[in-house]
Amino acid sequence: MQHLNLPSYLEQSDDVRDRFARMKQRPVVLEVKNLSKEFESRGGSVTALHDINFKTRQREFICVIGPSGCGKSTLIRILAGLETPTAGEMLLDGRPVSGPGPDRGMVFQGYTLFPWRTVRQNVMFGLEVAGRSRAHAEEEARHWIDLVGLSKFEKAYPHQLSGGMKQRVAIARALANQPRILLMDEPFGALDAQTRARMQAYLMEIWQNIDITVLFITHDLDEAIYLADRIVVLKAHPGEISEVIEVPVPQPRQPDQFLSPEFLATKLRLEQLIHPPVADEEANDDALNMMRMVPKGSAVESVF
Amino acid sequence: MTAATRKSESGYVAPVALQSRVAWFAVRKELGPRPRLALSVLSFALPLLLWCAVSYIPWLWHPMMEITDPGDVEYFRAGQLVERETFEREAQAVVEGAGKLPTGNPANPIYLPAPHQVAAAMYTAFTDPPQRRSEKWLHESLGSSIQVIFWGFVLSSLIGVPLGILCGTYDFFSRLWEPFVEFFRYLPAPAFGALAVAILGIHQAPKIAIVFIGTFFQQVLVVSNTTRKLDPALLEAAQTLGAQRLSLLFRVVIPGIVTDLYRDMRILLGWAWTYLIVAELIGTSSGITWFITQQARYKNFDNVFAAILIIGVIGITTDMVLAWLGRRIFPWQRGTASA
Ligand SMILES: Nc1ncnc2c1ncn2[C@@H]1O[C@H](COP(=O)(O)OP(=O)(O)OP(=O)(O)O)[C@@H](O)[C@H]1O
Ligand SMILES: [Mg+2]
Repeated sequence: MQHLNLPSYLEQSDDVRDRFARMKQRPVVLEVKNLSKEFESRGGSVTALHDINFKTRQREFICVIGPSGCGKSTLIRILAGLETPTAGEMLLDGRPVSGPGPDRGMVFQGYTLFPWRTVRQNVMFGLEVAGRSRAHAEEEARHWIDLVGLSKFEKAYPHQLSGGMKQRVAIARALANQPRILLMDEPFGALDAQTRARMQAYLMEIWQNIDITVLFITHDLDEAIYLADRIVVLKAHPGEISEVIEVPVPQPRQPDQFLSPEFLATKLRLEQLIHPPVADEEANDDALNMMRMVPKGSAVESVF
Repeated sequence: MTAATRKSESGYVAPVALQSRVAWFAVRKELGPRPRLALSVLSFALPLLLWCAVSYIPWLWHPMMEITDPGDVEYFRAGQLVERETFEREAQAVVEGAGKLPTGNPANPIYLPAPHQVAAAMYTAFTDPPQRRSEKWLHESLGSSIQVIFWGFVLSSLIGVPLGILCGTYDFFSRLWEPFVEFFRYLPAPAFGALAVAILGIHQAPKIAIVFIGTFFQQVLVVSNTTRKLDPALLEAAQTLGAQRLSLLFRVVIPGIVTDLYRDMRILLGWAWTYLIVAELIGTSSGITWFITQQARYKNFDNVFAAILIIGVIGITTDMVLAWLGRRIFPWQRGTASA
């Protein structure tokens, strides 16, 4: 990639710059302040996150990306209220929140649909818990199921659905509560490449059409650039923000932008951040200790 | 399966080599419906065949002789069972004294009746009145046993299931109750027989108490473990959807474990039958156990076998009905897709 003559990822077209300027006028939905998390384990304490600060604005799409084990899941679990931070706080619409609640919807990587409930009953769950009438909940659920294109499967049980369909139900189930922010932890990580691409397109469409702010975790660089307005890049040990990137690829996104100069420039920058050039010693440690195990005169002596 | 038949209906014959061979010993692969049925039938047919062989093939086992004509042996009576050795020794003695030879047929000991005798006993148990006045009909004995099991199991479940769910859901209850339950589980239920009689009298109540004690403590532990096995991700998902406290318990924990709970109950019901047998021996003995001991005392082993088999039939029928019901009640269980 280095051979191409790419612009800097910091260069933005006028449209894109204008859009980011307008976005900064929008109200802040979620603010994370000095967030840290340490896990106590037998071998001592592990700092999973250290002093994380960022803001998301209304209807912004933020991706969080970083190497494995840098604390992405820990961060999103804290935001969802499933984990308590060791220090720092988070503000939702300016008010501090703690503990899980319907104002922050979550879609997990593993399929967490309730197996004993049909698609419709799954989507109704949050509404029932909130004490809505049955008729109202059903009406509302039907609307969200329609939105994710699963009307035909309303009465199906989760075990009858494919992975992609399950995640669509999970999205509908989270959205039915009309949360302020939708938290997604590698939701498409277990899907095959084609289904994943289709799901990304669905998600973009949903995001464009309803008032929702999305915080999306992934380790797939293309996915992050394709979906995000801004990308929060984390580094590991301890988990800290190394950079927040404004994606210079114009909206609305199309699959043909994957090869545009802005896209590639951003990808190059992400590669540098996430896979920094390895120091010599470390590289030596990692090298395989290989010796030739193909006999001389074997039918295929070399793979070249 | 359906796809294949549909194809052949439309005139297209699927390549036979692909599907005709059944792999009987594939590791952890399910067999098709026909081999499955065949094996289920065999699983009953084989023991029955063995029993028939031992009963009807005269040179297989048959350590006794049933005497048809006592001849000149003084203490032989027609219809009497003697050991083969004794018979031959006496016959030898008669030959030496030039008397009349006894005759007889090879037979099995009295405690192994032939299948047809047991079948007949099973039939007559319901048609012919008991031989002695003090005796009860088989179905009366069974009825009393089933009552004991039913009440013992229902009472145990009414308390044990909620307790188990609480223990599996809240660490508080688990720490508070489980150590004691764990301890009590090791006390053998029959040991409480005398105590139960002293407190509850001699009739059905102490027997129900024994079945209760035998079932209850296992039940609490089994149910609490099942509850703990619920995928915690479901609870987390429910929390992010706004569920808290009691709604977590009633909308997630309980529906989430109900299918496993149902399976546990089927297994526990089987255990309850084991406790029934000891329970019925205390106080005034009654029920199927009394029937069996009584019949064994009079050496009516065909009746004994009939009673034992009927217990088995009741057990397996109950379980099959419950399994079938389970599939109706819980349509979301894997493998029962209505599609
Ligand atoms: N419950 C826990 N107890 C102890 N340490 C934990 C716990 N959860 C996470 N960690 C540690 O915190 C760090 C961050 O974990 P986390 O799962 O958030 O990473 P991640 O970025 O989501 O990784 P991945 O890309 O593999 O999903 C890891 O070093 C992990 O070992
Ligand atoms: Mg993770």
